[in-house]
Amino acid sequence: MDNFTPVSALIGGGLIGLGTLLLMATLGRIAGISGIASLAILQRDGRSWRLAFIVGLLLGPLLVSIIINDFTYSTPDLNSRTLIAGLLVGLGTAWGSGCTSGHGICGIGRFSPRSIAATLMFMATGVAVASFF
Amino acid sequence: MQLFFALLSGLLISAGIAISKMIDPLKVISFLDLSGNWDPSLALVMLGALVVYTLGFKLVLKRSAPLFSSHFKLPTKQTLDKPLLLGAAIFGVGWGLAGYCPGPAIAALPAASTGTLGFVLMMVLGWLVAAKIPLKL
Repeated sequence: MDNFTPVSALIGGGLIGLGTLLLMATLGRIAGISGIASLAILQRDGRSWRLAFIVGLLLGPLLVSIIINDFTYSTPDLNSRTLIAGLLVGLGTAWGSGCTSGHGICGIGRFSPRSIAATLMFMATGVAVASFF
Repeated sequence: MQLFFALLSGLLISAGIAISKMIDPLKVISFLDLSGNWDPSLALVMLGALVVYTLGFKLVLKRSAPLFSSHFKLPTKQTLDKPLLLGAAIFGVGWGLAGYCPGPAIAALPAASTGTLGFVLMMVLGWLVAAKIPLKL
């Protein structure tokens, strides 16, 4: 567990919670990222605020890299594993009505039985695949 | 004001994803992979987010309406169904394969990595396909 980073995890998590809360307090909307991004593409109604949210998503890490000097992170190689993973994440979050943010934070935060079940499910398959493949 | 607060919300969320290092798929995999050098950080990210959101959500809902919109829009469905569970299972498989869920993948796009771009394009393809073909069970 020498790679455990509890302080940055809690601070980062708190910021995620704050941003999620802000969208509910101001627009009255769930900050589910798969839902917002997919509807920004698929639906004309409400496209502008959804695109603004996506622009914010793109800016956050850039801001952090300005504030923190040696901020770097890895990215995946372009290979069949990465592409298949992207397709499965797209299909699964659409059919399952949400991802880590929508179910894992917004849904669990309001004690939704659907979101608790979905989160347990994607955690279970995520752990199984990452541990065995 | 809607556009400003939507942008600010996205910015706070992805800054949190960056600071917690969840933008790094290897960091996420080190949580999901129980066979290696296990890193519990992701659990604390979820905990930190949930504490802030759960407590704040109660306060927010004491108002009759959000600040810059006419009403709160919350999901009403309560029952578990097969598309929810199977969809979540499929999502988890993709998450475990690459260490990316939608937020970190989109937030990492400015790094201009072909792998991240390929992942996001395939994710969008998945959304388009799923919109045309609902999961009927």
